[in-house]
Amino acid sequence: MEYQTGDIGEPWILVETSSLKPVMKTLRDDPQLLFDVLMCLSGVHYQKEEELGVTYHINSTSLGHKLAIKVRVPIENPHVPSVESIWKTANWHEREAWDMVGVIFDEHPNHKRILCPEDWEGHPLRKDYVQQEFYQGMPTGD
Amino acid sequence: MEVMMNKTTDSNSERREMVINMGPQHPSTHGVLRLELVLDGEVVKEVRPNIGYLHRCFEKYAEELGDYASVTPYTDRMDYVSAMNQELGYVIAIERLLELEIPERVEYIRVIISELQRIASHLLGIGAFGLDLGAFTPFLYLFTEREKILDIFEKTSGARLLYNYMTVGGLMKDVPKDFKKDTAEFVKTFRPKIKELNDLLSYNKIFINRTADIGVLPEKVALNYAASGPVLRGSGMKWDLRKDDPYSIYDRFDFDIPVGSGEVGTLGDCWDRYMVRVREMEQSLRIIEQALDGMPDEGDVTEAVPKRIRLKEGEIYCRTETPRGELGYYIISDKKGGPFRVKARAPSFVHLSMLPSISKGSLIADMVAIVGSIDIVLGEVDR
Repeated sequence: MEYQTGDIGEPWILVETSSLKPVMKTLRDDPQLLFDVLMCLSGVHYQKEEELGVTYHINSTSLGHKLAIKVRVPIENPHVPSVESIWKTANWHEREAWDMVGVIFDEHPNHKRILCPEDWEGHPLRKDYVQQEFYQGMPTGD
Repeated sequence: MEVMMNKTTDSNSERREMVINMGPQHPSTHGVLRLELVLDGEVVKEVRPNIGYLHRCFEKYAEELGDYASVTPYTDRMDYVSAMNQELGYVIAIERLLELEIPERVEYIRVIISELQRIASHLLGIGAFGLDLGAFTPFLYLFTEREKILDIFEKTSGARLLYNYMTVGGLMKDVPKDFKKDTAEFVKTFRPKIKELNDLLSYNKIFINRTADIGVLPEKVALNYAASGPVLRGSGMKWDLRKDDPYSIYDRFDFDIPVGSGEVGTLGDCWDRYMVRVREMEQSLRIIEQALDGMPDEGDVTEAVPKRIRLKEGEIYCRTETPRGELGYYIISDKKGGPFRVKARAPSFVHLSMLPSISKGSLIADMVAIVGSIDIVLGEVDR
């Protein structure tokens, strides 16, 4: 676990993928933390580092604090444990991150694309994404 | 509607389940949304929302524009019935990264405009909700009021729906001369209309019968699904980002947070969610009145607008309270001209994801009420 910060904006904590689920569970259940809401879950493609990342923004409504948690995985093996069992809202966010960036969430109950059709090729929010020319025989460009 | 019959064999008897598609072209899905309903007779056993019909990858546009300021008009097109609030969320995020001081006059105008927009959006939401349940008259009455707000916006920004009015550091241009007068006039004429609405719709017996005890969302489930805005408040939780995580100058105003109380049925039902919106309009009027009093008459609204936005490396998650709930922008900057990553956390997207859990076991006729009560805008769901 590592505390990191940019030159501007908000800091975050980088967590090892293997310890993500126990960390998240503690964050939700520990009486001093009580992060009961997962506000946002975003997939990110770090092209230079050849990595994919997931950022979790969590919030405690009872104690009023916020936190950003990040995981980074290599692009050729982008497996991240799903947090759907901890916060139900992660279900659709994770499907979106898979659809848009291509992060694979292990143990996700319904690991399907959500915004693009199921037979779409590639992940649009990757920095090196090239849109397919035809989708089911229809031209996709303008 | 397309109907499919599935024969499923129970241990004892043979039951037939029916799958019906509600949408994508269905008047009460409020846009292009397809719900696969698995039915047992009239009872909904399962709902599978299918979204993406309006997807145009706003986030990709934002990353490829190469400029922070040019993203604002694209945010308008997410939740097109409350475009001003969408812009405000984005410009505030960038201003926080820039650590920009905003002139007083700009802050006041922003608050007045976004509260007017909140009323306009609720009027549409409530009107359409009533319409779905067969109440046609309130819809027309409410649209008359909404027109007045759109007239003010048209005078101010030149547009009626998608404004591109807020810019990073200020506003596109100053408000017209009689902005204060028009807004005060609207506040005065609108207040009695809320009472009229309550007489006509809120406490109408048929309306209560259609919405009370329907689509109950307990507070615990709501939090687990990260619900926000009127949906969360309808379940009895006092949570409003304008008070709990204040942005702009909302901490200066005195207003209440209406919450659901199970007044006519169970806490967290469709009626509670509906009523929170009605009561919120009253509170928005209070904020507008105070802001009109405090608004400085003089001041350049474009003086703090940066000529060119250059950001250092860093990121922010910035959230604001839109009429539908918590709108978050997660923005990463990597020193280039434009954002490295923009993710919009849309409240409608999150609220739609809990539809399967709150509509399980309801009657098919009530689906319309449940979808209407969470007040989704598909432009924001699909982005």
